[in-house]
Amino acid sequence: MEIHEYQAKELLAGFGVAVPPGGVAYSADQAVYVATELGGWHWAVKAQIHSGARGKAGGVRLCRTYHEVAEATSALLGATLVTEQTGPAGKVVHRVYVERAEAFEREIYLGFVLDRKTERIRIVASREGGMEIEEIAKHRPESLLQQEVDPAAGLQTFQARELAFGLGLNMKQVSQAVTAILGCYRAFRDLDATMVEINPLVVTRDDRVVALDAKMTFDDNALFRRPRIAEMRDPAEEDPREAQAASFGLNYVGLSGNIGCIINGAGLAMATMDSIKSAGGEPANFLDVGGGASPERVGAAFRLVLSDPGVRAVLVNIFAGINRCDWVATGVVQAAQELRVPLIVRLAGTHVEEGQRIVRESGLPIVMAETLAEAAELAVAAARVGRGL
Amino acid sequence: MSILIDERTRVLVQGFTGDKATFHAKEMIAYGTQVVGGVTPGKGGREHLGRPVFDTVKEAVQATGAQASIVFVPPAFAADSLMEAADAALALVCIITDGIPAQDMMRVKRYLRRYPREKRTLIVGPNCAGIISAGKAMLGIMPGHIYRRGEVGVVSRSGTLGYEAAAQLTALGLGVSTSVGIGGDPINGSSFLDHLALFEADAETRAVVMIGEIGGPQEAEAAAWAQHNMSKPVIGYVAGVTAPKGRRMGHAGAIISAEGDTAAEKAEIMRAHGLLVAPSAAELGATVARALGRGAAPR
Repeated sequence: MEIHEYQAKELLAGFGVAVPPGGVAYSADQAVYVATELGGWHWAVKAQIHSGARGKAGGVRLCRTYHEVAEATSALLGATLVTEQTGPAGKVVHRVYVERAEAFEREIYLGFVLDRKTERIRIVASREGGMEIEEIAKHRPESLLQQEVDPAAGLQTFQARELAFGLGLNMKQVSQAVTAILGCYRAFRDLDATMVEINPLVVTRDDRVVALDAKMTFDDNALFRRPRIAEMRDPAEEDPREAQAASFGLNYVGLSGNIGCIINGAGLAMATMDSIKSAGGEPANFLDVGGGASPERVGAAFRLVLSDPGVRAVLVNIFAGINRCDWVATGVVQAAQELRVPLIVRLAGTHVEEGQRIVRESGLPIVMAETLAEAAELAVAAARVGRGL
Repeated sequence: MSILIDERTRVLVQGFTGDKATFHAKEMIAYGTQVVGGVTPGKGGREHLGRPVFDTVKEAVQATGAQASIVFVPPAFAADSLMEAADAALALVCIITDGIPAQDMMRVKRYLRRYPREKRTLIVGPNCAGIISAGKAMLGIMPGHIYRRGEVGVVSRSGTLGYEAAAQLTALGLGVSTSVGIGGDPINGSSFLDHLALFEADAETRAVVMIGEIGGPQEAEAAAWAQHNMSKPVIGYVAGVTAPKGRRMGHAGAIISAEGDTAAEKAEIMRAHGLLVAPSAAELGATVARALGRGAAPR
C-alpha cells in the first residue's frame, strides 16, 4: 500500500526525522491559511498524488506571496498530473501540501528496501540526491553507499555513521544524518514498510539535515496489525475496479487489452495472459478468483471484467484443485446468461467432466477449450470477430 | 525415491482442528499420507480424524515420532508456528498460509540459523500448494489425482502452474517424482536452488521443471547454480511477460520492482545458463519430453 508524501512525513517525524513544517490543504483558502500559520517568506505547494517525479511534471510550485500560494493551489487542485510514473492517463490532484520552503546546499538520496536476495533490510545512500535511484545506479554507480541490516540485531549506529561520513558530511551534519537514518529504519521496521525513500534529503546552510520529500510503501500482508497505516489508504488513488475486486476477495489488475480474463491462481493467470499475447492478442486484465471460487464469486468476477468497456471476449481458465469444476461451471453458466461478448471456457482438474457437462447442457453459446493454448487462440480469434459470434 | 516426503514420512498438521486443515488432512490421509496427529494449542488430549491432538509441537513429536508438518495457521500466528516447529526439530515444515507479513518471514529465516545446518528445518512455502510425491504422499492442497508417478521433478512458485505442468506430463505419458510449491511470497522458506539440489541427488528424478514468475532473484540464482551443478536437464519457464512494472500480480512476491525482475530478463538468464526454456506454459510438458528424448547427457 502507498501513502502520500505528507502522510509519510508525519510518520517519519514521529521517529525523529527532521521535516520542514507544513500542512495539507483541500482549497486555495485553506492553503493560504496554512501558509500564514507556517510563517516565513517562501512556500512550496506540492500536489499530493501517489507518484514520484512530481516536480518535473509541474506538481511542485515555489511561491513567494500568499496570492501565489492561492493561485498555485487553484491550478493544481482538480488538475491531472502526468509524471514519468503515473502512465499517460495521469492522476487527478485532490489535495496539496503547503510547506515552508527550505534553502539548501546539498541533496542526498536515502532509501530503505526489503532485499529479497539477502532477506534483510538494505539501506542505499548517494550524494547524487534529486535524481531517481535508477538513474543514479545507471549513471553514478560509484556514488552508491550500502548497508545491510540483520533483522535480529537491527541497524547499528556505526552503520548509519559510516553512511553519513561516506556522504562527505561534516561532523554536525553527520549526527543529524544518523538521527534521520536511524529514524527511517525504525519506521520501516515498526510500521511494516516495504520501502522508505527520502529523495532528496537536504543539507541546509545552517547544517540541518531535512527530508524534503518522502515516500513510503507498506506490506499489505501486515496491515491487519497496522490500523493507523490502513486508515491512510486514499481510495481516490486506486482504480475503482481494483478496489471493488478487493471487496470480493478477488485480485484484479486492469490492463489495456480487449480479452477479459477470469482465472484461478496468480501464476496460471499470468501464464494465460502471456499465452493470449503470444497468440497475437492483448489481455484486458489480470484476475485471480482464488481458491474456493463459489458461483457468487465467479459472478462478481464476470461483472468486474465486463465493467471494462474495452472487453471484446472473455476467457475463463480454471484448473480446479480446492475449486471444483462443477461449482465454477455453475457460476459461469449463471453469469453467461446475459453476456454480450464471446465466452471461451477451459476447465481442468477436480470434477472436470461434471463441469464440462454443466456448460454443454446450458445451451449457451460458450466455446469450450481443452488446453491452455487452445483457449488462448480461441479467445484471440473471438476478440477479433468482436460481437459477431 | 522422491524428494522430501514419501509413504513412510510421519506428518503432523499444525492448526489441525480448523476447517481448512480438517478438509485437507482428510484428503492427505485418503492419498496415503501418514498423518500421525496434529497440534492446536488448548485442544491437547482430544482426538480429531482419529488422530491425537497436542498443545505443543514438541509433545506431538515426542508422542508420534513425526518428522514433518503442514501448517494451516492464520497469517498473524504463522511465523510463531514455524519457529515452534523448528525448535521441535522437525526436518520439514510445509506452510500453506497466504498473507504472512514479510518481516515475519525475515525473522523466521533468521531464527532458523540458530541451528546447525544439518539439524536445520527445511521450510516449504508460505503461500504455496504444498508438496506431493506422486503415488506416495501429499503434504498440501493439490488435487492428488492429476499426478501420475514418474521421473520428472517439478518446482514452482505458483500452485496452479504446478498443476498445469503435472496435467501436461500425464497427457504425454510422463509423470512426476515430486512436485514442490515454493510459494508466491517475497521471502520463501526454501528456494528453487534448494530443491534443484535435492532433485539432482534423487535417483528417481531424471529431469526437473522450474516454474518461475516475475519478481525476485531466485530464478537467476538457481539457473546459475544448475549450470555447474546439475547433470539432469532443467526446463525453465517464467510467467508474467504481460505484467506491467510496479503492479503486484496476485502473489505478494509477483512484482517487477528491480532490475532482473521481468519475465523476459529471467528467461534470458535461464537460457544463458543452459536451461531449456519453455516458450509458454502450454508447452511445459512438450519441452520436458524433448529434453528427455534427447537423453540426460550432462551439459
